[in-house]
Amino acid sequence: MRRLATALHLRPRLTLALLLAPPLLWLGIVYLGSLLALVMQSFFRLDDYTGLVVRRFTLSTWRAFFTPANLDIVARSVAMASAVTLATALLAFPLAYYMARYARARMRAFLMLAVLMPLWSSYLVRVYFWKLILAKEGVVSYLAAIVGLEGVLDFVLALPVVGGPSLSVSPLGAFVAFVYVWLPYMVLPVVAALERVPASFVEASFDLGGRPRQTLRYVTLPLALPGFVAGGIFTFSLTLGDFVVPGALGNSSFFLGQAVLAHQGTAGNVPLAAAFTVVPMVLMALYLVLAKRLGAFEAL
Amino acid sequence: MSDVPAVRFIRVCRRFGEVVAVDDVSLEIQDREFFCLLGPSGSGKTTCLRLVAGFEQPDSGAIELAGKPAAGVPPYDRDVNTVFQDYALFPHMSVRENVGYGLMVRKVNAAERERRVQEALELVRLPAAAERRPAQLSGGQKQRVALARALVNRPRVLLLDEPLGALDLKLRQEMQLELKALQEKVGITFVHVTHDQEEALSLSNRLAVFRDGRIEQVGTPAEVYEQPATAFVADFVGVSNLIQGTLATSLTGSPGAFTIRPERIRLVSESEALGGDVCSTTGVVRDVVYLGMHTRYVVELPGGERLFVAEQNRAATAAQVHAARGRRVRLAWERAAQRPVAGSR
Repeated sequence: MRRLATALHLRPRLTLALLLAPPLLWLGIVYLGSLLALVMQSFFRLDDYTGLVVRRFTLSTWRAFFTPANLDIVARSVAMASAVTLATALLAFPLAYYMARYARARMRAFLMLAVLMPLWSSYLVRVYFWKLILAKEGVVSYLAAIVGLEGVLDFVLALPVVGGPSLSVSPLGAFVAFVYVWLPYMVLPVVAALERVPASFVEASFDLGGRPRQTLRYVTLPLALPGFVAGGIFTFSLTLGDFVVPGALGNSSFFLGQAVLAHQGTAGNVPLAAAFTVVPMVLMALYLVLAKRLGAFEAL
Repeated sequence: MSDVPAVRFIRVCRRFGEVVAVDDVSLEIQDREFFCLLGPSGSGKTTCLRLVAGFEQPDSGAIELAGKPAAGVPPYDRDVNTVFQDYALFPHMSVRENVGYGLMVRKVNAAERERRVQEALELVRLPAAAERRPAQLSGGQKQRVALARALVNRPRVLLLDEPLGALDLKLRQEMQLELKALQEKVGITFVHVTHDQEEALSLSNRLAVFRDGRIEQVGTPAEVYEQPATAFVADFVGVSNLIQGTLATSLTGSPGAFTIRPERIRLVSESEALGGDVCSTTGVVRDVVYLGMHTRYVVELPGGERLFVAEQNRAATAAQVHAARGRRVRLAWERAAQRPVAGSR
């Protein structure tokens, strides 16, 4: 044992290789490999008569993908993911700023726990709780009736695109549940990013005549941007791929995740499901390019 | 130049929980003065600077800037700029953007801004660094950019929070000279916080010595060094011997405590005739600290008290001065060099 330890100590490269091999094998073969297999699937097609996948290169699946109905699904998903990312960022910032700047150790630990605690319970349970909260006879409409805001609720539900018969059967309901379930994934990276911004930067801005709004715009937000981008990677991609929330709380129009599920499960059309899966990958790549353009990684 | 003090503290107190960081400080800093706040860490000097900048508010007392009460004026509306200890240069901006920041947020037009940024960079002798990022600068260059960023706004008062602390000795001495020249050139009030007594003596027109949140003495460098008001000042500013109690009585005939600087004490031969205005005693050299330019002897008196004595190494070599260890010596100093002090160390 000692001899082995000494031998490894004297060969740092070998030690490194041994330590990195398992995660690299996992990432390289199991993860990237299946991803590649998935992308390849999208270039096969389903034989309509036999219901079998024809394993020969073809673009017919992609031709079938580009129909207005499918592009609608993409647009709807992207809109929802963007709205959810924006909303979580807006909600997370004040909380993260307080946690990183002002909260004492105990308060910070408490808030950290409060942010993380929902993750301890099952995601499905939390989503279905929202269904109860938002249902027609649920908590929200009950409270709205008490304070006399039914009118507002009805008005919101009557809005085109986001409304529906009740909050639990509308894009708005799905949006609320999405923001709730993904919020921790935005708060944590933004707290980490703000912690890396020394208080003296904010003071320097004030000192040089920067008003609070200017300080926020020119100093704090640009320096916290990597945190927002990191959080956005989570909220954006998690929303794009999710099929539970829109299934439980949305109306009948599909989101990307549901489309994948329907095509590979119910219809058995794995190639088309694969094509739908490629979309979030492309979108995330675009998101990262855009973030880099905005200078999100310059202060790292 | 005006008679109204640039900065005025009127019985200012600032507490942090149980700790009294600034305790009943009254102080007037004149227009165009190079003023140093000197003291050990935790003595309240940095808190005083932050009170002037507006990052802290006094718990009691008041601060006036150019004769006007500063209470309720936020940092961004004060005609004061700060050079931070860690420089606090914005890492996501170029040097040009950093220096131009104060002008940008005050909506100075782009042409004027460009001209003044270039002017400020020339003032700190960094005319070619405008496009660089703070991460690409050395410590001394960051220091200059921080200075330019503050001076470009033409504040009435420039606050410097131990700006030379992070630099190595040579660079620090160089920057001290530059700071002094810069202050004379731009002609505004500099308030400089430091724990380095040599820096305070060489830079300032006047200085305040802080201890435990209080001011022990305010005066010119010569006054503070030559006529320390308290034993603490005598000890903190330069090296000093405190003589009190029975030793003072045996040497001078009265129990009044006084301090004497090591360089004012001479090592004299047994035979040398001393005048009536000279005080003398004998002791044994217990330690010799060779410091290149001079040597510091630690001499133990018969009563066990230890005195520091400093002598120039005019001709003596290191070997010669070290040979003095254990030798009996006679010490002498002019009574006029003694400084009566109040308080204990």
